[in-house]
Amino acid sequence: MISDFFERLFGSREPVSRDTAKQRLRFVLAHDRSDISPQNLEKLRQEILEVVSRYVELDFDKLEFSLESDQRITALMANLPIRRVRTNPLEPDSPVEESEDAPKLELEDGAVELDEVVEEASETADIPLD
Amino acid sequence: MAMNRIIVITSGKGGVGKTTCTANLGMALAKAGKRVAVIDADFGLRNLDLLLGLENRIVYTALDVLAGECRLDQALVKDKRQPNLALLPAAQNRSKESITPEQMKKLVRALTKAYNFVLIDSPAGIEMGFRNAIAAAREAIIVTTPEISAVRDADRVIGLLEANDIKAMRLIINRLKPSMVEAEQMMSVKDVQDILAVPLLGVIPDDEQVVVSTNNGEPLILGKELTQAGTAVSNIARRLQGEKVPLMDLSVPKDSFFKKLRQLFN
Repeated sequence: MISDFFERLFGSREPVSRDTAKQRLRFVLAHDRSDISPQNLEKLRQEILEVVSRYVELDFDKLEFSLESDQRITALMANLPIRRVRTNPLEPDSPVEESEDAPKLELEDGAVELDEVVEEASETADIPLD
Repeated sequence: MAMNRIIVITSGKGGVGKTTCTANLGMALAKAGKRVAVIDADFGLRNLDLLLGLENRIVYTALDVLAGECRLDQALVKDKRQPNLALLPAAQNRSKESITPEQMKKLVRALTKAYNFVLIDSPAGIEMGFRNAIAAAREAIIVTTPEISAVRDADRVIGLLEANDIKAMRLIINRLKPSMVEAEQMMSVKDVQDILAVPLLGVIPDDEQVVVSTNNGEPLILGKELTQAGTAVSNIARRLQGEKVPLMDLSVPKDSFFKKLRQLFN
């Protein structure tokens, strides 16, 4: 009852959509601006995780890895929670264990020819004006 | 004598108010005594004629000029309410590919001989129509609303303008709803500015009167008493001419303490 009164007096602190919008924009613009392909970003992520995992054991469920952008500057943001530090670092070629639960999906009649479409899209993007 | 100004009004996303801004800015600059030509670069989907209320007076289009079927001055539709303003109409029955960047430059170059300001209303998108619209421009006005999709597209367009050496860019934030910003349910002017990092030219509050003026083909700027949005556009036109005009105060009037107290016990 009393808390209700105070809430009406000062306004409750629900997350506001303004912040959500900003957050989502920063994320999506970082990707738009950086021009790094999702495949290469995934490769980068894998390699960084491999290096870090040699020295510490990471909590793979809680990791965050993203590009963010503000004031037209793009940054790679990685939040890698550590479970424990390895007393004896692993050798460079030992594999990193990351659970992959998603089933593998494949197209029935092999690869779809996407080259032409991709070609066109990048042509529009470059705008070669003299 | 200052150089003639060639400004493209663009946004990436459609429906954010490019054409309305072009029509009103053109009218405001003309009212201020400048000779203004507005070009509709939206071939196939022209609308600038409608917003200016000049749709019944089109005889020739930019394509007829390029085909040599008429002179440039014959295609220009002069506004009877504001003789300093002229419209170069786009062809409605043709596609964006029916004109080239080179041809657009030719038209603009000819217009700068007789006009102080050439405003080019760009079509939405980043394809051929956009490329034509920016080809001749020396400056750009980017119009966005405080919505994520519009801001994202504006960001893309800013990148493309930079890549095409149009460095003089300024931002208009259109359709701001001050009460929603206050409730933190809409991005603020500062939020959008922080993200896009382009100098701000002005903020236009959301205004139902814009719909009425569009219905009538009478730009807001022509009204006897300007609404808040009308004043905002008029301020933008003054800033474009180099005047220092402070941003309008768009904050929502605060409820009095007693009104709040009454709401509390209701």
